Amino acid sequence: MDELNNLFHGFGIAATLPNLGFMLIGITLGVLIGVLPGLGGANGVAILLPLTFSMNPTSAIIMLSCIYWGALFGGAITSILFNIPGEPWSVATTFDGFPMAQQGRAAQALTAAFTSSFVGAIFAVLLITFTAPFLAKFALKFGPAEFFAVQLLTFCSFVGMSKEPPAKTIAAMMLGFALASVGMDSITGTLRMTYGVPELLKGFGFLIAVIGLFGIGEILLTMEEGLAFRGKSAKINFKVVWQTWGELIKHWRLFLRSVAVGCWMGITPGGATPASFMSYGMARRMSKDPDSFGKGRIEGVVAPETAAHAAGTAALLPMLTLGIPGSPTAAVLLGGLLIWGLQPGPMLFIEQKDFVWGLIASMYIGNVVGLIVVLTTVPWWAAILRIPFSIIGPVIIVICAIGAYTVNNSLFDVVMMLVFGVMGYLFKKLKYPLAPLVLALVLGDMAESSFRQSMLLSQGSLSIFWSNPLVGSIFSLALLLLLWPVLAAVRAKLRGGEQLPAAT
Amino acid sequence: MSAPEGSSAESGASKDGVGSRWPELIVALLLAVIAALVITDSLRVGSGWGEDGPKSGYFPFYIGLALLGSAVWIAASQLRHWQRNPLFAEKAQLGLVWAILWPMTLYIGLITVLGIYLPSMLLIGFFMLRHGKHHWGLTLAVALGVPLLFFLVFEKWFLVLLPKGPVEALLGF
Repeated sequence: MDELNNLFHGFGIAATLPNLGFMLIGITLGVLIGVLPGLGGANGVAILLPLTFSMNPTSAIIMLSCIYWGALFGGAITSILFNIPGEPWSVATTFDGFPMAQQGRAAQALTAAFTSSFVGAIFAVLLITFTAPFLAKFALKFGPAEFFAVQLLTFCSFVGMSKEPPAKTIAAMMLGFALASVGMDSITGTLRMTYGVPELLKGFGFLIAVIGLFGIGEILLTMEEGLAFRGKSAKINFKVVWQTWGELIKHWRLFLRSVAVGCWMGITPGGATPASFMSYGMARRMSKDPDSFGKGRIEGVVAPETAAHAAGTAALLPMLTLGIPGSPTAAVLLGGLLIWGLQPGPMLFIEQKDFVWGLIASMYIGNVVGLIVVLTTVPWWAAILRIPFSIIGPVIIVICAIGAYTVNNSLFDVVMMLVFGVMGYLFKKLKYPLAPLVLALVLGDMAESSFRQSMLLSQGSLSIFWSNPLVGSIFSLALLLLLWPVLAAVRAKLRGGEQLPAAT
Repeated sequence: MSAPEGSSAESGASKDGVGSRWPELIVALLLAVIAALVITDSLRVGSGWGEDGPKSGYFPFYIGLALLGSAVWIAASQLRHWQRNPLFAEKAQLGLVWAILWPMTLYIGLITVLGIYLPSMLLIGFFMLRHGKHHWGLTLAVALGVPLLFFLVFEKWFLVLLPKGPVEALLGF
């Protein structure tokens, strides 16, 4: 059991006093980010990333990943008490969580949500602990063609699985790739797409894009919703927690099912949001009494929260082993690794053992710390939500501006943040998905270089993607997913269908 | 999978609302313009095969084509279903968005001249007085306190320098 040895070694690294302190700070900041409108996992981590440049990478990633866990926990608080999903993945939690709070069962709903998040995360971390080393070892054999095939699979599964129209998914993704290609070409050193603007030499920073798209864009959306926050208050005491846990044990099957949905959607880049909806839908369909869902069923809180947290955590598996993030927040963490000079991918497990296993161990500890923190501090977070938006709003704008500036100490980036913010608002309103844009922006360089290396190997022939069974099957699966909407449309023979089934 | 959003009806645009027909077409047009920029520059740097492998425009050229294709697809789908015009936003909502967008734009413009601290104070103060109708005392406390806190956290604690303008220079920073 090599993994267990490594894991214990990791605990030794993660459980030092400074690192535990960073965990606590991370969780607290994360919950705060999850609770505040306009700040979420992805842009919260993006804003705080520059502050960690001077820290050692292990402590930094522990703090940042704890921010991520905290944000996952925090989203549940606003959904249940205020019927405002602080994060997109907690939308499904509002369906039953808020009715429960209205019936005076807020404490039960919160306990159920936090516990479910915890269970989801722990199972996903177990999955990471035991499969990551194998996946990494397997991926060591990958050449550029295999890497490009996996990257293509990532992007095609967005097209195949997202509920947004395929044309908009593709457009968002291609925009991400296009923005990623601006600046100096990393292979030949040629300048491209800069049109003589010196600020574009570095290209578009994806951290700026994340802060703009998710932060400023979300502020604009929140503003549009009007500013009335009328929430329920909640106090959690130990007795309620204990009773709710007793009730939750009876739903162990639901937990396992939601964990499975979540882990699957996290590894494939479906992400936490679809995972939570899918799991909620499944729980309702498989229930004996589907009509009572939406009226305050505890299962309606357990299913989406478990799946969302499992997905959010499992998204780190492909990020660490293949260098392909499963969610926008994982993409930001990946960006952090690159900035600290760590190349994510299979070699990480060989060259940076301390880092990898310290991080994995911190996931266990971080989630335990997180559960305790949120269970004990809920009333304070609820109080923060009562601060009017007319105060919180401009403060968050200031935070975003500072975050955008500190990435590269460039004022041009602050202006770009505003542009991305307006774009994020328009995209959200017109139902363009943002996740593929961010992922393409992060992976653009990598995907391009692996594609060009493959082309070099094969002298420009696409046949390299079918040159052995491994790359062939991944590549074929990717194409199948890309064409999935077309196939589904043909099969359903929808009359007056939305889109013309034309391949792009 | 039916996502329980349900708020966007097929033709929700009325006199109080703005339909998404034109925003849809405008965004598609912008995407097409970006695609054209990408394709033009890819052709400039060379989209073919050089002496030592693919040239710099090799990959972006196809990205540009795909972006153009999907933009045309989106626009065409809107044009074919001209009647389809679900609600983009109500006019009152757009008013609220504008109410935060213009101060934000002005704020970012001011940052480039005055540094980050003074504009932040102005933004928070303006917003609290104008939209929150808060008490003068509270407004002053938050508007001064928050940037001061950031000053301490960033410049003193984490040693990250933020942009400063002439006023800070007068104070000796």
